[in-house]
Amino acid sequence: MSARDAILKRLYERADGPLAVPESDFAVVTRRGWSHEERLARFERWITSVHGEVIHVAAHDWTTALAGVLTAKGVRRLALGREHPVAAEARQALADVAVELVDADRDIEAWQQEQFERVDAGLTSTRGGIAETGSLWLWPTPDEPRLLSLVPPIHIAVLDADTLEDTFFDVVERHGWASGMPTNALLVSGPSKTADIEQTLAYGVHGPRELVVLVRHAGGAAGTDA
Amino acid sequence: MSVQSDSVQTHPVQTYSPREFHRQAHDALGNPQIRANFRKAMDGLMTKRRDSFGDWDLEILRELGANIRMRALARLPSLLERLEANCQANGIQVHWAEDGDQACRIIRELCEARGAKAVIKGKSMVSEEMHLNARLEEAGIEALESDLGEYLVQLNEQTPSHIIMPAIHLNTDEISEIMHDRTGIERTRDVDTMTAAARAQLRERFMAADVGISGVNFAVAETGTLCLVENEGNGRMTTTVPPVHIAVTGIEKVVEHLRDVPPLYALLTRSATGQHVTTYFNMISGPRKPEEHDGPKEVHLVLVDSGRSAIYQDDELLDTLRCIRCGACMNHCPVYTRVGGHTYGTTYPGPIGSILSPHLMGLEDTKDLPTASSLCGACGEVCPVKIPIPDLLVRLRRESVGEGRGNVPGAGVKRSRKEAAAWKGFQWLATHPGVWRAGTSMAGKFRALTPSRLGAWTDYRSAPKPAGTTLHALVKQHEAKRHQADKAAEEKRP
Repeated sequence: MSARDAILKRLYERADGPLAVPESDFAVVTRRGWSHEERLARFERWITSVHGEVIHVAAHDWTTALAGVLTAKGVRRLALGREHPVAAEARQALADVAVELVDADRDIEAWQQEQFERVDAGLTSTRGGIAETGSLWLWPTPDEPRLLSLVPPIHIAVLDADTLEDTFFDVVERHGWASGMPTNALLVSGPSKTADIEQTLAYGVHGPRELVVLVRHAGGAAGTDA
Repeated sequence: MSVQSDSVQTHPVQTYSPREFHRQAHDALGNPQIRANFRKAMDGLMTKRRDSFGDWDLEILRELGANIRMRALARLPSLLERLEANCQANGIQVHWAEDGDQACRIIRELCEARGAKAVIKGKSMVSEEMHLNARLEEAGIEALESDLGEYLVQLNEQTPSHIIMPAIHLNTDEISEIMHDRTGIERTRDVDTMTAAARAQLRERFMAADVGISGVNFAVAETGTLCLVENEGNGRMTTTVPPVHIAVTGIEKVVEHLRDVPPLYALLTRSATGQHVTTYFNMISGPRKPEEHDGPKEVHLVLVDSGRSAIYQDDELLDTLRCIRCGACMNHCPVYTRVGGHTYGTTYPGPIGSILSPHLMGLEDTKDLPTASSLCGACGEVCPVKIPIPDLLVRLRRESVGEGRGNVPGAGVKRSRKEAAAWKGFQWLATHPGVWRAGTSMAGKFRALTPSRLGAWTDYRSAPKPAGTTLHALVKQHEAKRHQADKAAEEKRP
């Protein structure tokens, strides 16, 4: 008998007989009833508590803020996608800025060394966020591959304020994750960190040292679209 | 004096065995450095955990966590089949292993078939359990740990002393010395400098690795998804950069639905380190698709039994399998805090290790572990999935003296005929009141003959001496007196 069949046989023929199947009540992890402002405030409080930076921007003018971040952080080479509106708008807006744009939609084998050693920042879109934990929801795509949010020392993420959900459970349920998972789904809550040296927090151990979240507000000036 | 050899000086490799628990505990208790390192870390972790649950109705959340895990276990075989089918549909290849040796062989063969020489590893306790690194090295394959704590422990030729924080037994100075010694960097007390050095050293290795090996925190049957919880990003690197990803996990890690994951994740991070969330939650549902540009081209899942299906047979022991490996039980254990993780000599230390290791290794080797507890109950109170750890410790104590159901390997190993006869005698005495009273009254009369040394009991305590008059006799005297007084009062009344 194969290992598989032997293991399954032992489990199916359990000595103490079949087990009762309890019902689960998920009320404790869903729908907090927060207003738009409360969601935003919680998101910001939590993600900044773990070293994430939040910048509120008006949706129509967000690339100005992006250019400002790139200048302030001395980013010379920015990796980004091409097709997603975030990438497309950034490419257009940054055409005249002294930042070299690096195509992220290439097979990793072709530019691994370059990505690991000569890219200063990666720009990604997000699908949403979680207010309760200050988390970003990313589903990498061919346009914005998995490593774009991990390898460059700075990760700049663009989040639309109205895509925030209360909890992780709400994201999974309301966006139907179970009916179609991508090859890689990610929650990102701050820059990479470790406390493995005597409980002392250090950032940027393997992934980005910095995470900047540009929160886009639909109705115009930052923070006034409620 | 011996002649100094000119070979490179090597560190003595420290090995620990559960058979030597008492000696190792004695050594650890006498080591102020170990005691200070653990005390400081555990105090911090307990406070952080408590604070992180501030906004929650923790009891309701724990109830849900326990209930999700119980449901998964109730349907375990069918969920494993469903997990396998959905993983395969997603392009993940699934392998089954009866024990650790078989799992190591499967992984070694996967590596060899791809000509792999360098393996990079994310944190995986089950790979520690089966000594995967050593098995791969025997086959000429280098396995390098990439979690910072695991990396430091591996550099120091040790094993982890905590399931979440592997290097918690080391302080900053010791780590500085290890990094200086093994990687050639300057000695420093600056944690950022050491972290940056490790980052640079390991980035090279991620790029060069042929295979990435990780554990799994939750395997979702419904979608064929492997979930990994981490802060550093090494887990994402390990599962994304090398062309092949092999995930290895115990068969009990499966959950039924995707919606079962958020409550367990909420419990796990808060219970483990008091974090409301970790930096990364990485959910893998397949290898790189043709249109994608990165991620491994192959993903394998190795499901390891290694004693788990035996635990599964017993209604009481089954609860052990609910564990989500948060480590809260060890953080709150007064014994673990004092003796540290290595003392247990097992992959899983602390209370969860004491109830799991006897199944994985047999009670012959681990018979002292269920007694490494004061049964204070803290582990059971903090367990996010409500495993009744103290009850299970007692059950394993009973098994070890042959008073249980006999279905734990090595059951009865501690049974002593003398002790069993003594307890049998006591039982007879205690159920025969006349004999008992006569006995206790005799003990009072001859109290002067009580020995002043009573084995280990009197190492730290004075020997008990029976009272001259038993409590029973005292109560009787008291009642007789009162009766007399009542009678006298009755007679005086007109």
